[in-house]
Amino acid sequence: MAKHVGERMKRVEDGRFLTGRGTYTDDISKPGQTYAVFVRSPHAHAKIKSVNVDSALNVEGVVAVYTGADMAADGVGGLPCGWQVIGKGGTPMIEPAHPPLAVDTVRYVGDAVAVVIAETKNAAKDGAEALEVDYDVQPAVASAVKAMESGAPQVHDEVPGNVCYDWELGDKDAVDKAINDAHHVTTFDLVNNRLIPNAIEPRAAIGEYDPAGDNYTLTTTSQNPHVIRLLMCAFVLQIPEHKCRVVAPDVGGGFGSKIFHYAEEAVVTWASKKAGRPVKWTSDRSEAFLTDAHGRDHVTKAQLAMDKDGKFTALKVATVANMGAYLSTFASSIPTYLYATLLAGQYTTPVIYAEVKAVFTHTTPVDAYRGAGRPEATYVIERIVEIAAREMGMDPAEIRRKNFIQPDQFPYETPVALTYDTGNYQASLDRALELSDYANFEKRREESAKNGKLRGVGLSCYIEACGIAPSAVAGALGARAGLYEAAEVRFAPTGTVSVFTGSHSHGQGHETTFAQLTADRLGIPVENVDIVHGDTDRIPFGMGTYGSRSLAVGGSAIVKAIDKIIVKGKKIAAHMMEENADDVEFDDGVFSVKGTNKSLTIGEVAFQAYVPHNFPHDELEPGLDESAFYDPNNFTYPAGAYVCEVEVDPDTGECTVEKFTAVDDFGNLINPMIVEGQVHGGIAQGIGQALLEGCVYSDDGQLVTGSYMDYAMPRAEHIPDYNFDFTTTPCTHNPIGAKGCGEAGAIGTPAAVINALTDALRVAGVDNIEMPATPLKIWQALNANKQAAE
Amino acid sequence: MYNFDYEKAASADDAVKAAGGSDDVMFLAGGMTLIPTLKLRLTQPEKVVDVGGIGDMKGISVSGDTVTIGAATTHADVAGSDDVKKAIPALAKLASLIGDQQVRNRGTIGGSIANADPAADYPAAVVGLGATVKTNKREIAGDDFFTAMFETALEPGELITSVSFPVPEKADYQKLANPASGYAMVGVMVAKTKDGVRVGVTGAGPSAFRASAIEDALGSDFSSDAAKGVTMSSDDLNNDLHATAEYRASCISTLAARAVKAIG
Repeated sequence: MAKHVGERMKRVEDGRFLTGRGTYTDDISKPGQTYAVFVRSPHAHAKIKSVNVDSALNVEGVVAVYTGADMAADGVGGLPCGWQVIGKGGTPMIEPAHPPLAVDTVRYVGDAVAVVIAETKNAAKDGAEALEVDYDVQPAVASAVKAMESGAPQVHDEVPGNVCYDWELGDKDAVDKAINDAHHVTTFDLVNNRLIPNAIEPRAAIGEYDPAGDNYTLTTTSQNPHVIRLLMCAFVLQIPEHKCRVVAPDVGGGFGSKIFHYAEEAVVTWASKKAGRPVKWTSDRSEAFLTDAHGRDHVTKAQLAMDKDGKFTALKVATVANMGAYLSTFASSIPTYLYATLLAGQYTTPVIYAEVKAVFTHTTPVDAYRGAGRPEATYVIERIVEIAAREMGMDPAEIRRKNFIQPDQFPYETPVALTYDTGNYQASLDRALELSDYANFEKRREESAKNGKLRGVGLSCYIEACGIAPSAVAGALGARAGLYEAAEVRFAPTGTVSVFTGSHSHGQGHETTFAQLTADRLGIPVENVDIVHGDTDRIPFGMGTYGSRSLAVGGSAIVKAIDKIIVKGKKIAAHMMEENADDVEFDDGVFSVKGTNKSLTIGEVAFQAYVPHNFPHDELEPGLDESAFYDPNNFTYPAGAYVCEVEVDPDTGECTVEKFTAVDDFGNLINPMIVEGQVHGGIAQGIGQALLEGCVYSDDGQLVTGSYMDYAMPRAEHIPDYNFDFTTTPCTHNPIGAKGCGEAGAIGTPAAVINALTDALRVAGVDNIEMPATPLKIWQALNANKQAAE
Repeated sequence: MYNFDYEKAASADDAVKAAGGSDDVMFLAGGMTLIPTLKLRLTQPEKVVDVGGIGDMKGISVSGDTVTIGAATTHADVAGSDDVKKAIPALAKLASLIGDQQVRNRGTIGGSIANADPAADYPAAVVGLGATVKTNKREIAGDDFFTAMFETALEPGELITSVSFPVPEKADYQKLANPASGYAMVGVMVAKTKDGVRVGVTGAGPSAFRASAIEDALGSDFSSDAAKGVTMSSDDLNNDLHATAEYRASCISTLAARAVKAIG
């Protein structure tokens, strides 16, 4: 049988996507469906004095109007947070209530006050416009740093000073001593800019209640339907889980923003019973800007200590992380366990201390966004390392080499709670420098200078913890869920296979990658394998897709189930061939008996499994259908080296990315084309964060960048052709040897771009520039310096 | 979208008649601004009169030293027109830089200048090339057309039928696009004509204007250094998240210099 692992197979799902035959939530209509429009607060902070629902109910076509009070009266709970962070001194984080519809106070622009349900979307809009809400506007605060100042407006009464938690990791005394004793200390203050996710498909949800069976169905744009079912049923609506089906059909991108359980899902599900009709809500883009959980938004102070040779001796990091107005599903874990634990980077820094304050503000909740904590960590490390090299007069590649964890040091225990299983950082950097023609950069810089342009080069050697997550570790750190994955592999009597996975594909290409993996392991044609995902009534209880986990964890669950299929198949084959199961071998789709010419194909065995005319029923069950749960032993640690070159026009501040080289180590690859596609997108998002995307709030909490007129997304013209290569150190603890590739580009890129940009601007005396480094900011930095010089 | 009456006009006369001189009637050509505005419920016209299908208002003709473009001609048609590329390549270039391909396939020159978005590209050409805007009842000089932000000399119910551009000796258009919207933060049309140098600026102020300081400098020394040497005042220029007034002022000189360099 042809082998598919390693093949650049075209994606089987693309046929339907490219011909408009995908089925997204908004494509689905239920009989008798109504349309929901949410009435959202125009104020960042206000008391709700009254809501006059009659004003909306009188509008033609309006079926029902519900408020937070209606939900509270039905005993509906708040949206839960899935990870409890314990701060300094054992103080748990403060978790204020997060009602799906605001009850007496609104806390960000976009906070939902009521839902209007109508026969048409237009009638629902009319009703929402007519709804009278009397607000008592209160002072608001958008900046996390300002929210900690005394006298700042308070977001929640139960969170004095707005600090959700004040958390630390590492040995503070040892770090302070090392900084004190250091030959040189590099300090770096930074803002990691807030981003708005902007998946191409806005969120949507349809709630449907069937009184015949007292069953609910929620169709929603989710990366993890089982998690949504669990959270919504157990915590919000108190529906028995088996009475609720959650379907996440084709989903057009998530990037993390569709992990979370959102208010609208609970509202349409609850309202479908209340109104007695299916209720559909589809976000428009403006609503998405206001209500999809945002990403990043850190303010950080960092210090890196080193000896006279540039060997790092300590790293100290203090971060203020903006949580927004409420704790989103995984918000608390992002700036702690997915951030501070990565601060060792690829280096042997012996002692590290991180302190993180999570702060409530009157802004949209902030949660995981592609990379989730790891881009923020990489930005801190890879910027400060680059600055340190400049301050020490060292080549940025050299200072990294000097501090890399060496291949013979694995498994390597970092001072921030992780154990890296494998890697070869030197190999990735060497290859990236070679591919990017780093040695001849100065020639290119001179060429640019001749044209009046400033050219710079920057490196970024990132690491991430993916394959989220070993449940025991996650549980010990406060996760309220296990983070395994589940799979079922089911043969049909005629030898075709359906794989039911808890992973969810919303652009990743699982229908192809998982089929390649399955076909090879079973020795069957790839077209005989279908991947089923996204429906809690069909798939086993799985945790979904995020944190670059699908292949490393979800794929490993599939392999485990396949292993069970083979064990069962051997028993059936042994029975059919009248041999002992221990003597049966399986290879490439064929069961055979050593030293004989007896053999059976897996198709023949599958058929017999379902036509068991002479099975000994006390020893052998019919059927060929196995399931498995895979809980990883450790995180996986993808890593790589990126080299970016930019050119700046000093007259206008325009910055173009001229060259971008990415060398990644993702362990074993199943489909290199899909992997490259993932990195392509990730780098584009990283360039977006570095140069274009900046979410801006006014001081009083109005979202200034509330549309594509003001929020700049990367376009093809902003992205150069990439140079790509891979180095490979297979993951040591999962059966595939894969590490995950979904987030790497977004993690490694911003530091590479800003390192290149600041390298370009150094000749003009500019040593730092905040992201997004827009033409205006670059021009202002150059000009401020020019003026200072004059 | 709120409900409104819709009428598709077969001729300019029909369109004007259907509009009836009312302030609450809007002409729809490509709809690249009007449709999103309607969808966001930011405008509520009583009636929309669709002029996008009027054949007489489409097309490009060159006669002597004048290029005349029908008001309902799309940006893509202007950008791709061999006649325009030959007579005023800077105008074809400007059209090719508007929005994206989808917008250029739908958006029209008449719609663009009637809307008078301060950051639209065409106003730089109308002012910078000294165009004449023809309506159903009169001709309006390019210099007099844009009166304020989103405001023009057009009266209620008055319909642009075509725009005529005198062919300059040489011209070039340079644009610094807003990284988010793609609109011009600054767009500069520099034209060398038999009557002197014209410099039309869009994006930088409340409406398109002529940069007379640069025109004067280039009048005596048509060189990029001369353009760059002019320090534009930032008074009355737009100031927003993406570009301060000072930045815009500086970029006007820079882009004018680039245009002169491109003209050669």
